[in-house]
Amino acid sequence: MEALYATVTGFLAASGLYLALRGRTFPVVVGLTLLSYAVNLFLFSTGGLTTNGAAVIREGVTHYADPLPQALVLTAIVIGFAMTAFSVILAMRVRGDQGSDQVNDQRGEEPKEEKS
Amino acid sequence: MMHHLIVLPVLLPLLSGLLMLVKRDSIVLPRRAIALASTAALLVISVVLVIQSDSGEITYYALGDWQPPFGIVLVLDRLSALMVCLTAFLALGSVAYACAGDDRKGSNFHGLFQLQLMGINGAFLTGDMFNLFVFFEVLLIASYSLLMHGGGKDRTQAGFHYVALNLAGSAMFLIALGVLYGTTGTLNMADMSQKVAALDPDRLGLIKAGAFLLLVVFGLKAAILPLYFWLPRAYSSAPAPVAALFAIMTKVGIYAILRVYTLIFGGGAGELANFVQPWLWWFALATLALGGLGVLSARDLRNQVAYLILISVGTLLVGVSMNREAPLAAVLYYMIHTTLVSGGLFLLADAIGEQRGKAGARIVPGRGVTQPALLGLFYFVGAVTVIGLPPLSGAIGKALLLNAALPSEQPWLWSLLLLSSLAGLVAMARSGSTVFWKAGRGDSDGPRLKPAMLAGLILLLGASPALSILAGPVTRFTDASATQLLDHDAYAEAVLSGNVAGGDS
Repeated sequence: MEALYATVTGFLAASGLYLALRGRTFPVVVGLTLLSYAVNLFLFSTGGLTTNGAAVIREGVTHYADPLPQALVLTAIVIGFAMTAFSVILAMRVRGDQGSDQVNDQRGEEPKEEKS
Repeated sequence: MMHHLIVLPVLLPLLSGLLMLVKRDSIVLPRRAIALASTAALLVISVVLVIQSDSGEITYYALGDWQPPFGIVLVLDRLSALMVCLTAFLALGSVAYACAGDDRKGSNFHGLFQLQLMGINGAFLTGDMFNLFVFFEVLLIASYSLLMHGGGKDRTQAGFHYVALNLAGSAMFLIALGVLYGTTGTLNMADMSQKVAALDPDRLGLIKAGAFLLLVVFGLKAAILPLYFWLPRAYSSAPAPVAALFAIMTKVGIYAILRVYTLIFGGGAGELANFVQPWLWWFALATLALGGLGVLSARDLRNQVAYLILISVGTLLVGVSMNREAPLAAVLYYMIHTTLVSGGLFLLADAIGEQRGKAGARIVPGRGVTQPALLGLFYFVGAVTVIGLPPLSGAIGKALLLNAALPSEQPWLWSLLLLSSLAGLVAMARSGSTVFWKAGRGDSDGPRLKPAMLAGLILLLGASPALSILAGPVTRFTDASATQLLDHDAYAEAVLSGNVAGGDS
């Protein structure tokens, strides 16, 4: 299970990184989202992978899963959602303001160069 | 009652920020009153905290009465009290300046500003690694919206770069935290410092990778050399009061480096003791050199100030990487000086740009400013102190740092620090003479400084002469802070010994 989990996390992170380095805003946003998924999976696994483990201490139970990474991952997911929503809106705003979805649009700067 | 004081710098801005969401109509006056009152109250609280921390005792506040190492704690020592106080002072200056009209250019400026203060204060006070991440996110998401306050093509594009870069930074922060948690089994900083010292040698490589990844994240916030490219553009396109507040944002990164790499990976970390500092030394020197080149190449006053911030980041990190008492004390003094002065210079660049009409803040001969004497005086004070000419506070900070260098460090530090100061001197002299002397007559009916703007400028730029007059008491405090910072065992003991300061048990 560890090998599968690690492969999936690594693949997600690699795809996210590739997309985040693209030149248009939409792939960048999708890439950052994939990256945050990969990070969430990674964070989830930091307590060790256990199946059928109890998260809360109870009498007569000896097999436990680490509850803290679950709490951390929940926080990270919520924050990640907010950031994704924000960056989607921002990408649309960039598109509207510049008339192009290039991350590095140089057209806006040209008139300024001539003036100075 | 007194021990609840530690949590107030986080709660107060949160409450006043929420209060401003209630009525979001165009009447701005009540919001201004709330913002000013809340920031002034924050300043008072933080001064009390500084006095409280000066006893030398490290106190903590256990949120929800969950005791460390399991619960989240806020820890007050001299360094965090100093940083919170510095934030409140800077914020008061920028809020005052914003009340002159910048706050009307978009919706809900003051609410976002308070939330950003909450994030910054929380990051300075927290004693828990994951909580540090959460407060970083709070201050970042507020800064995203503040950066684009007022809108405009330049701002949205600079904003998108800033957001994308910081999202990637957050992802790396989480990976680093995961690695650190996986190897040490704790997130409490004090507890982690003890776990790191007693670590299984097999896991050294893993935790080293985590620590370096954290350095990348903090370096991105602090704008060290290979990671600084977002800074000049983002800072020079932000609205002036926001850019002034952003002067503390790079210091959040520096504070995090200072805290994590003196406490967790500091002298008590066994095999990992101080392993980051030799790396940091070279990167900081390179930042210093490049900041000097950048300040010469800037063609806009705001861009120039952004590069001056880069020089200050290099200076501060050089001191941090020397990791001894004297340089750290010098760094803390210089940090107070540079934060307030660069905040003030952003405000000044905006005020100059507003009075010059079409020429704006670009460094070209054009129409003169309406109030050349007043703005010229501010510019002179700001330039003298930011470059580090005596008698103002910049000179004292730099002299303390130069004096603290060992003979083996002197050739690099002295030459680069003095050369970058020279570059700053040339650049500031050139832009000052272009803006004030090569200018035509100002429009006598043009816009003048409003009282609120004047108050903001006096508060931030006037801090520099005040700092050099009060250099005695301030350096005594920073000396004590540096001693306390290097005494990592005392910190761990204060947090973990179980004498409850927070809660009511």
